[in-house]
Amino acid sequence: MSAIITRRALLTTGALGAGALLSGCDQVANTPSLRKILFSGEKINHGLARALTDRNSLAKEYRPDQMSPLFRVNGTSNPNTASYNAMAAENFANWRLEVGGLVNRPLSISHQALMAMPARTQITRHDCVEGWSAIGKWHGPMLGTILKAADVRNAARYVVFTCADLYSGHAYYESLDLIDAFHPQTILAWAMNDRMLSVAHGAPIRLRVERQLGYKNAKYVMRVAAVASLAGIGLGKGGYWEDRVDYDWYAGI
Amino acid sequence: MTDTSPPDSTNAPAAPGSALYRHRLTTRLWHWLNVVTIFIMIGSGLTILNAHPHLYWGQYGANPDHPWFNPPHAPSFLTIPAGYNLAIARRWHLLFALVFAFGLLAFMVSSLINRHFQKDLRIRLKELAPAHLWFDLKEHLAFRFHDPKKPGAFNIFQKLSYVLVIFVLIPMMILSGLVLSPTMVAAWPWMLDLLGGRASARSVHFIAASGLVLFIIVHLVLVILAGAWPEVKSMVTGWWTIPADHDQEEAA
Repeated sequence: MSAIITRRALLTTGALGAGALLSGCDQVANTPSLRKILFSGEKINHGLARALTDRNSLAKEYRPDQMSPLFRVNGTSNPNTASYNAMAAENFANWRLEVGGLVNRPLSISHQALMAMPARTQITRHDCVEGWSAIGKWHGPMLGTILKAADVRNAARYVVFTCADLYSGHAYYESLDLIDAFHPQTILAWAMNDRMLSVAHGAPIRLRVERQLGYKNAKYVMRVAAVASLAGIGLGKGGYWEDRVDYDWYAGI
Repeated sequence: MTDTSPPDSTNAPAAPGSALYRHRLTTRLWHWLNVVTIFIMIGSGLTILNAHPHLYWGQYGANPDHPWFNPPHAPSFLTIPAGYNLAIARRWHLLFALVFAFGLLAFMVSSLINRHFQKDLRIRLKELAPAHLWFDLKEHLAFRFHDPKKPGAFNIFQKLSYVLVIFVLIPMMILSGLVLSPTMVAAWPWMLDLLGGRASARSVHFIAASGLVLFIIVHLVLVILAGAWPEVKSMVTGWWTIPADHDQEEAA
């Protein structure tokens, strides 16, 4: 075999192979059985993270001088529905957070009562799935305190958040397992950067779940419900982005 | 296959045209696993980069902040998937990240046990002497890549580039990738401090990936120049046919 032919053959084979591999990848993602394997990475990564790391480890908290000068707004910047606008016009004076589902004491907490609860202040980093990050100061009661007050039943496995902003006509929703729901840094923030939480950042309250990506940090939270399974929520994967565009439910990476 | 026996790199010179057992099974498996894995990691990584094509230094970085680099948009013939889909790209990236990381771990453990690292990659001080480096560089520029006296041994530039890839670039990819995970970095904050913040880790991830791409290009060019067929065959079967030396090849 002459060297020139070999080189040409090798380059051609390489280029064809690369092309086949690239289009093969798209085929894999569109073939249900192979897609299942592709999507198994989430469970493996979730399992590894739970096995290798301390479940109670705290996300890094920053000094005030390390905060982003401007914390960009992302996702919905204003739900702009008639009911939300009416609540916002009253500065959420008549808004109430509903806590229900698999709990022994369903709660309905007013904005005033929520703001009177013992609160945690944390300067943390918000990591968007797209790759940008911003550091801000969040203040609000721990979700765990509220869940304990509502007395979550043993059958509950997840906590589901339903929001005021609509995505293609449906309220945004997200969910956490009980490990992250009861994590000390998981708070319902009603203040950000020493001010009342703005509409653009999720007023009246925004969920902060500091060890997961931005899309888990639901804005405009209206209702918190403990559930045994995610099967009946939306399309069954536990969140708007998880159901609609295949984002991982476990967003710890 | 006689994988338990070491390569003959230190044995007496072998004549051109004779075969030399050069790559162990673990090396070959890891090599071809990486061909697929790194291909997928780069393709899916480019899609993820397209989601926010700005790189920053420090703890944070977003649109209002000052990027040090705005990488060009990666065209669809390079990305996985071809059409922009961040969710699917992340599925590819985070599954094959496991193959990449545990593959390196397995290769490192096996290469310590079978003494591949100690025998073939150990850099000796005399190899780093300026005169030796200069000599090897001239040999490279003359397209002579093998020492006729020890044809199976790696030359110093091979050793340096393989050491750089195995012990610096790939570990750096894995470390900086782990720092991008908010869960991992909450548990192991020293990793975040080591890289100087999440935005820095993302930049390091990009730079190390660029280094790896550069290595792959140079590696492929040199494989072709050194004799594509014998080189590919040796990475498949383990057996490498010693090429005729350059002058003879010219004459042939």
